[in-house]
Amino acid sequence: MSAAWLVLSRLGRDRSALLGLVLIAGLVSAAVFAPLLATHPDDVFELHPAQRLRPPSGDAWFGTDRMGSDIYSRLLYGARITILIGVIAVGASLIVGVPVGLVAGHYHGWFSDLLMRVSDVFLAVPQVVLAIAIAQTLGPSLPNVILALSVTYWPWFARVVYAETRTLQKEVFIESTAALGASPLRLTALHVLPNIASPIIVRASIGMGFTILTAAALGFLGLGPPPPTPEWGRTIAESREFLPGAWWYAAAPGFAIFLTVMGFNLLGDGLRDVLDPRLRRGRSARDG
Amino acid sequence: MAELLSVRRLEVSFVTEQGVARVLDRISLDIAPGEVVGLVGESGCGKTTLARAILGILPAAGQIHGGEIVLKGRDLLREDPGVINDHVRGRAITFIPQDPFSSFNPLFSVGTQIMDLMKWKSPRRARGNESTRTGSTLWPALLRGYPRARHRADLAAVLDVVRGVQIPEPAQALGRLPHEFSGGQRQRLMIAMALLPSPDLIIADEPTTALDVTIQAQILRLLRQLVKDRGVSVLFTTHDLGVAHEICDRIVVMYAGQEMEAAPTDAFFRRPAHPYTRRLLDSLPSPDAEIRDIPGEVPSLIDPPSGCRFHPRCDDATAECHTSLPPARAVGDEHDVRCHHPLDAPVETGA
Amino acid sequence: MSRTAARAPLLEVVDLVRHFPVRNAFGRRTGWLRAVDGVTLSVWPGETLGLVGESGCGKTTFGKTVMGIHAPTAGEIRFLGREIGRLPKGERRRIAKDLQYVYQDPGASLDPRWKIVHSLHEPLIIHTRLGRAEREAEVQAILRAVGLRDTHLHLYPHELSGGQQRRVGLARILTLRPRLVILDEPTSGLDVSVQASVLKLFRQLQSEFALTYLFISHDLAVVRTMCQRLAVMYLGKIVELGETRAVFAGPRHPYTQSLLAAVPRIGGPRVTQEFALEGEPPNPRDVPSGCRFRTRCPLAKDVCAAEEPPLRDVGGRHVACHFA
Repeated sequence: MSAAWLVLSRLGRDRSALLGLVLIAGLVSAAVFAPLLATHPDDVFELHPAQRLRPPSGDAWFGTDRMGSDIYSRLLYGARITILIGVIAVGASLIVGVPVGLVAGHYHGWFSDLLMRVSDVFLAVPQVVLAIAIAQTLGPSLPNVILALSVTYWPWFARVVYAETRTLQKEVFIESTAALGASPLRLTALHVLPNIASPIIVRASIGMGFTILTAAALGFLGLGPPPPTPEWGRTIAESREFLPGAWWYAAAPGFAIFLTVMGFNLLGDGLRDVLDPRLRRGRSARDG
Repeated sequence: MAELLSVRRLEVSFVTEQGVARVLDRISLDIAPGEVVGLVGESGCGKTTLARAILGILPAAGQIHGGEIVLKGRDLLREDPGVINDHVRGRAITFIPQDPFSSFNPLFSVGTQIMDLMKWKSPRRARGNESTRTGSTLWPALLRGYPRARHRADLAAVLDVVRGVQIPEPAQALGRLPHEFSGGQRQRLMIAMALLPSPDLIIADEPTTALDVTIQAQILRLLRQLVKDRGVSVLFTTHDLGVAHEICDRIVVMYAGQEMEAAPTDAFFRRPAHPYTRRLLDSLPSPDAEIRDIPGEVPSLIDPPSGCRFHPRCDDATAECHTSLPPARAVGDEHDVRCHHPLDAPVETGA
Repeated sequence: MSRTAARAPLLEVVDLVRHFPVRNAFGRRTGWLRAVDGVTLSVWPGETLGLVGESGCGKTTFGKTVMGIHAPTAGEIRFLGREIGRLPKGERRRIAKDLQYVYQDPGASLDPRWKIVHSLHEPLIIHTRLGRAEREAEVQAILRAVGLRDTHLHLYPHELSGGQQRRVGLARILTLRPRLVILDEPTSGLDVSVQASVLKLFRQLQSEFALTYLFISHDLAVVRTMCQRLAVMYLGKIVELGETRAVFAGPRHPYTQSLLAAVPRIGGPRVTQEFALEGEPPNPRDVPSGCRFRTRCPLAKDVCAAEEPPLRDVGGRHVACHFA
């Protein structure tokens, strides 16, 4: 509890990290309170062809799209999709990647080499390309997008966890706790994992930004959830034929994506600065 | 007797996160020409800081507040830094570091590194028409060449000294990289480098701590023989009293930034006059299997005890010990003690 | 210390070998590092056996192999009458209850993210079925034994001083009430007065918990104070083994003689003036044939290169030399 407070207060001093936190908070509130914040909540489903492609006004703050729906409201509901995709994809990557990394890191020999070679193969292919291939094969839908993203992102976790586990193995306290009779399971779950939590958290935060960007790219290419789902990437794709006239149509979702990804990146960078070196410094012993 | 080096009432403090640490508290120390002086003390006593202060290589957080460091009549603290760089550091005073494994640059051969030293610090450089200043800008210094005649003379001197430190096949050895030598051999090379500029004083900072006991014995014998042959003084810091016994003519013991006692080696071990010295000698592991330690802990230097810093742990402490720093009192031939109540009776401390 | 033939040794090591493969840049094995090359010794209940040698002699590897941190390449390790060198991992872990290992810096053996109290409970959780209350009682008792207070329990290791961390590290091991404790360079790098306190603590714990120590150190003066018997190692083998007092009074192996001659004697004449041993110990990757000390031994003859001297019993002392 006190460690979390320490982290937050240190984070507070880093202005860019604070900005990141604010942006993420904005995203989350937009998603959670969408029904309350949206001016035209029904526009997610309803069409008003008469009001199509209107520029931003008092009624539609970000203008209307080709179906006449209020872009602002659709963006808010789109935030829900964005968060859903991000959390599930990164969560699934974590659930697969972290154990793989732990196992590969703990054991030495052909099995761990095999695991890491497999993850290397996944890492070698650009994530977007692989995601496109998977989404294309399985068809455009929300679950498929999440699947494609998880399959391509788990190696990043595996790699970080593997490297950190191997480094930690050299620490005296790991060897001594093993000498004390601790089983590999106990060692890994209770000693290794808490000590590598920081890099995992940092990678998860940065991963969110990356994943959301890739999801938007997939949506843009038409591989994401089909209409009328107000997914941000798809909205930008829809806007292409109306540019540059209906500039608001692309600018609004574009900015939303930009601010979201930047927010996660800033937060991730800030966390990296706060979590790793300073907490490790606290570990050093005083002379006595 | 004219002292080679005289440290008088030196005060050094370090700025740390927790406050200002008063690392050296009005320390005084004398080294005579040709004398090997041991600076003995436990960790945190300030011996490494004192060695660094003399060389002028204190880290940025260290500040000198007062006192003098007088080398052959000139106060080093009031000299031009350029003069110190050219004539004192690496010339009049050379240094042997503690860790033989990281003292050489791993990328260059030892010969290259030694000759690089000779280019700037060779004793032959002072003679002749060569300017002894490195120049006010970096550019001329880098372009400055190494006169061929001097190079030949220096190389001959290097081979001679390397042979003198018992490195076999000196010419081939110079061409090898540092990692091809063992720790003991690297320390021999460091000794060679310390002797080559023909210094007046060598400061050796725990040079045998990282070595095995049989190698240490070889190195100590070698070092003592070489410095006695050349009449070079040595300031030898160590926490190992046995090592001090082996190589030093005189021993100065420090505690928490103050010097407690200075005596010739024999008197130091047989007739210690300071209570701390006595407790320290008693806590050495003895064959009779009784173990005596010193109660209490080394004090913090940020908020040190007033007066004599050992008084909280001293059985004989009185009010005077709290209030005033004891003056140095002579209790024997060249034997000084900083204590208000020095021990009188000589105690036979034998191995 | 007299031992009757009826009492069995706590630890019996027979011809223990531990080699490490030496690999080149491609991962191909180019040779062997013979860290421990055939060591036989016994440790009797209640004693402190010293194991001395310089760097590279294999004493630390020996300790870790006995402890199970390294697997033996060959040889037998019998603890409490039971062979433990080749046990399956699960069973080997259970031996830790009786056989423990103290690192040079016991404070480093604590998980920096765990509070002291949890680190102290952990050995009991692993090895016993004691309930929470019983564990707490044990932990309290151990804390008192090492001279720490309850208030220290809820701190993290970095909030304690180095000396306190050392005591916690020791306490953690003692909660198991082990029979044999292997101490690996416990006073290396310590100031003289701190060393004295640490040795005093070890003595006190030995009598309070009926411990037996295998004391690995390169510091001969410390070993002389603490150990009743002493074994000298050189390049992976024992060259001399006997009662400490007797060995110091009259070492029989040339290496032991040089080793003792190198140790400064305060209050006496300078030893290094007469010190005669030249050269450096050879590489454990490249061990000389026959007697491994022959490259530096003043007594070396042809037989020393041809035949490796076995560790023989010469009037109560074990010496590995053709001329002892």
